[in-house]
Amino acid sequence: MSKLHHVTVTVNGKQYERDVEARMLLSDFLRHELGLMGTHVGCEHGICGACTVIFDGEPVRSCLMFAVQANGHDIRTVESLGTPEKMHPLQEAFHEKHALQCGFCTPGFLMTLVSFLEKHPNPTEEEIREAIDGNICRCTGYESIIEAAKLASERMSAREN
Amino acid sequence: MKPVNFDYYAPTSVDEALDNLAELGYNGKVLAGGQSLIPTLNFRMARPAALVDLNNIPELAYIKPTSDGGLAIGTMTRDSKVEYNPEVAKRFPLLPEVMKFIAHPQIRNRGTFGGAIAHADPAGQLPAVSVAMNATMRLRRKGQERTVTADEFIIGPFMTVLEPDEMLAEVILPPNPPRTGSSYKQVSRQKGGYAQAAVISVVTLDDRNRCKDVRMVLMSVGERPILSQKAREILMGQEASNEAFRAVAEAAATQEADPATDLHATADYRRSLVRVLVVRSLTEAFDRAKRGG
Amino acid sequence: MTGKVFGQPIPRLEDQFLLTGTAKFIDDIEIPGMVHAAFLRSDYAHARIKKIDYSAALKRPGVIAVYTAEDFGDYWRPGPLQVPPPTAIKGSQFNARPLVPIAKDKVRFSGEPLAVVIAESRYIAEDAFDDIIVDLEPLPAVVDLEEAWENKPALVHDDLGTNMAALVKQERGNYEEARAKADVVISRKILVNRNAAAAMENRGFVVNWDEREQEMTVWATTQAPIPLRNTIAARLGLFENQVRVITPFIGGGFGPKIMTSQADDVLLPWIAMKLKRPIKWIEDRRENFLATTSERDQVHYAEIALTKDGVILGVKDVFYHNTGAYDPYGMTVPLNTQTHTISNYRVPSFYTEIRMVFTNQMVVTPVRGAGRPEGVFVMERLMDAAARELNMDPAEIRLKNLLEPNELPLRTGIIGQDFVEGVLDSGNYKANLQKLMEMVEYEKFRKEIQPALRAQGKHVGMGIVCFTEGTAVGPYEGARVTIGGNGKVSVATGISTQGQGHFTVFAQIVAEQLGVKAEDVNVVTGDTAHFHWGAGTFASRGAAVAGTAIYNAAVKVREKIFATASKWLEVPPEQIELGDGKVWVKGKPEQFITLGDLAFRANPTRGVIEPGVEPGLEATGYYGPPYGATGAGAVAMIVEIDPETMELKIKRFVIVHDCGTVINPLLLEGQVEGGVSMGIGNAFYEKMVYDENGQLLTASFMDYLMPQATDMPPKIEIGHLTTTSPLNPLGIKGVGEAGAIPTPSAFVQAVEDALFEYQLEIPESNLSPSKIFEYVQKASKKG
Repeated sequence: MSKLHHVTVTVNGKQYERDVEARMLLSDFLRHELGLMGTHVGCEHGICGACTVIFDGEPVRSCLMFAVQANGHDIRTVESLGTPEKMHPLQEAFHEKHALQCGFCTPGFLMTLVSFLEKHPNPTEEEIREAIDGNICRCTGYESIIEAAKLASERMSAREN
Repeated sequence: MKPVNFDYYAPTSVDEALDNLAELGYNGKVLAGGQSLIPTLNFRMARPAALVDLNNIPELAYIKPTSDGGLAIGTMTRDSKVEYNPEVAKRFPLLPEVMKFIAHPQIRNRGTFGGAIAHADPAGQLPAVSVAMNATMRLRRKGQERTVTADEFIIGPFMTVLEPDEMLAEVILPPNPPRTGSSYKQVSRQKGGYAQAAVISVVTLDDRNRCKDVRMVLMSVGERPILSQKAREILMGQEASNEAFRAVAEAAATQEADPATDLHATADYRRSLVRVLVVRSLTEAFDRAKRGG
Repeated sequence: MTGKVFGQPIPRLEDQFLLTGTAKFIDDIEIPGMVHAAFLRSDYAHARIKKIDYSAALKRPGVIAVYTAEDFGDYWRPGPLQVPPPTAIKGSQFNARPLVPIAKDKVRFSGEPLAVVIAESRYIAEDAFDDIIVDLEPLPAVVDLEEAWENKPALVHDDLGTNMAALVKQERGNYEEARAKADVVISRKILVNRNAAAAMENRGFVVNWDEREQEMTVWATTQAPIPLRNTIAARLGLFENQVRVITPFIGGGFGPKIMTSQADDVLLPWIAMKLKRPIKWIEDRRENFLATTSERDQVHYAEIALTKDGVILGVKDVFYHNTGAYDPYGMTVPLNTQTHTISNYRVPSFYTEIRMVFTNQMVVTPVRGAGRPEGVFVMERLMDAAARELNMDPAEIRLKNLLEPNELPLRTGIIGQDFVEGVLDSGNYKANLQKLMEMVEYEKFRKEIQPALRAQGKHVGMGIVCFTEGTAVGPYEGARVTIGGNGKVSVATGISTQGQGHFTVFAQIVAEQLGVKAEDVNVVTGDTAHFHWGAGTFASRGAAVAGTAIYNAAVKVREKIFATASKWLEVPPEQIELGDGKVWVKGKPEQFITLGDLAFRANPTRGVIEPGVEPGLEATGYYGPPYGATGAGAVAMIVEIDPETMELKIKRFVIVHDCGTVINPLLLEGQVEGGVSMGIGNAFYEKMVYDENGQLLTASFMDYLMPQATDMPPKIEIGHLTTTSPLNPLGIKGVGEAGAIPTPSAFVQAVEDALFEYQLEIPESNLSPSKIFEYVQKASKKG
């Protein structure tokens, strides 16, 4: 066992402290050290986007970062959005538009889109398509995901106005 | 797909980082954004003994104007910061245009400007752009500093002049003269995917629309970005013309580009792309220059 | 058929767990004391194993054990075959070489396991690979299909004396006679490239042996939980009820997750019993490419004989099928190719010959489409060649040869993957194509739109093709439906779920019968403790076969409700109404009993149960079709190509589809769209490439290109027709593979049409801009 590094990190508003090897991927850390299983691992080489989390306000691949690099930073995962009883408007829209099938890639899409919609409250279909281009979904063919994002954006901006 | 063990250094200042690198020598490897390095670690294709992580050094992340009207970009500036920076857009519209082609937003949020250049991927946009923009690289090692041009910096596929204990600290972009236009044209199999070929043109015109300066770079069709001499030879002093652009395209495709055949494209196809993209890129760059850049 | 719940586009009942990160997937399972497995895999495709020395690995801190084939003693043995060859095909030859769990003596594909390391973490297990000294003597790799058939350059299985895995000849009519009468005979060599299933979740396996209870619990990402349990139990000498297989939420299947008797499910249960520690194995993406099965890869020599008016007289197809290093899944894939080459067209004479070969590549088993896209691709390419030769419109020649509804049901004379002669049960193939032509404005496109675009110098072309999808094959599925004391309904079936929406569509079937809300029906799939009979999720059979079994069980429960209620309400069953979770006397709603109460009363703790009455409001149902139900459809695709760069945009994608009765239109569209996106991937992005040494060059998403959002057409336009299947009471046909089947065929035709001036004829199913460029170069030189 090589040297352990102390990591203090805020995830979904809660502070965690752990000692980990430098090589531990952030995705493994979130899942197996903190027990936040909503973040999924699909390729571990930065292509599929299933592991996307929001790091200091920006979506990133958690498989392309080490847990030690999160020391002192702020992370949001899918667990920060809604609960089965009370879902986030984006989650509601995914449900209504059938924007998920196996659901494995879904947390990555949600985290990409939550961040995108915060910055682009009234996106066009084309902008949404480009925003999710770094997330792969094998089941849906993307059309319903784009529709869901559109629906969520309409509802979320209506709510704010 | 888990990385091997490595020693981890997280310096909080440039001096400390340079100390780490000096101490580690060939055993040390700089970790910038990690968006190219970490996949190779996960595949265990790279097995560095130690990583020196530059992500905790705020003094390496900045975009600031230089006295001559150019910009200096700190090596750890995230790609997305460059992409959306208004100063960048104003002075170098080429940069945000190119940024859109680099992988996907999540990668650009973490990937760094200097890291991508130092990675020297022949298919990488930023090494090629830095050559086209005639950028200057400020390199630092313990107690020493030197500058080289981007063209000198990159010596081959994934190879630069950086010594093991040296880091790329800053990229200095010289100002574009008035009436400079630029254009980036790329063909890739998918959006955000590797370019099969790309051409970058930076053209400056005189007040009679004649070419005063041209830097055209062929990307992803050789072992490193290729700064076209043919473009200079043929275009200097010339006005925009399809014939001239075609002549450049032919010369660049047959004499300068050196594409390889890989899984996704044959060398012939990529050569043909060079022909097409040179014309499209030069046409657009001249046009933009004419309209004031 | 549409009811209050059945047939309605209700959003899924399982979504809220998947959307909030609370659904449990395989890698979410944590058990105290759990250790991790990793497989050391061969870098060579074909090699003799001289020595494997892992003594150094055992000294590494955190390593618990290492095993090679030798360490398993007599427990190591091949197989069993998961799908046997059909015995019904006369004269067919099949050489069975089932999977071996871990390589012994010889390596037969790159990625085959050589050793399994058990360690405290996956990181450490992978570290231990560096400590294992492997001495392999490389052998020439068998890669090319036709060379393999000639037993060159080596034998994959030395003891067999041949690389022939199977030889199957089937014929209806007499092709040679038909050929002799034909005005035109067209022969083509046609290639279908190899694709990965590439589910977003890789495979995984977790096993826990409870020594005190003498019970084993297995969590697996399997499409076949019951066969998996049965083989594990048999191999370990346990009773079936000592092994419980649970499928957690599974991140996509698409075929390969059907496989059993692989390294994970053979070796890890044995090791777990030895070590008395729970073990987890999570496949990574590289392993998934190297060592999870994949599909396609056929070489066809095909021929079509026609009259000068374009009437088909016969088709002949001799094809090489790559089964990879072993053939554990029998001949399922090439048999599907045989049954789908001619299915929707009137082809009086048809000769088809499978030459299945062993190669030093990963094993081939079904991937969404499963042999069907290959058959359809061959036939549609032949139709295109015929149209060109006879100067006919591609739609016209198809309309001329499609079967009429009154010709169905039609016995095809070709025995399929389900071991019975294919029968086209129902359908209206012409109507599909006609509706498609309306939707895509076919005439207008050909006469106005396309000429106008061409006049502007644009290269826009359309592909238009037809297909069938043989679905819902046997043998059978079963289900148990129970009304609980809480008034809600539980349903358990033996198949497992990988995202299809079973929890919702099965609830809809039951809710309609039992007069409850869909959300009050709890469906359990893929847990052998809940239901332990069945075959699995494959061949688009979940809704049609398991759904029908569930329907049958629900109908029985419904009858029990009326019988029991009649006793308690003291009126004849005809005077009872069922709905809103209760029963009441017709016209007297105040005289009611809730289903929960009724369930209690049907399971009394004292008193007498009359002879012949089974307790509880519960029933078990089964369903096994005599043969599969065949769905069908047609696809049109419009593409625009930049002739300078060969960059391509899909401008329109229209699909008309008929899968019989629709249970949930929302989910149906999702299935079709997903299939189409895989078809687009197969046609233009995804391609598995092995080099001459049998090395997989596309073992990551960097090289194996998955279709992205910006690769899709602006909209997938879907038209529906409904021809109910006479085979099951609900009239359902499967739909899971529909979109993937016709898309490559439509795509190449559209490319040829877009680049019309080059008169291209593209004989392969996966293109790229570079490939199109090559074809154009060749054509330009010829012209």
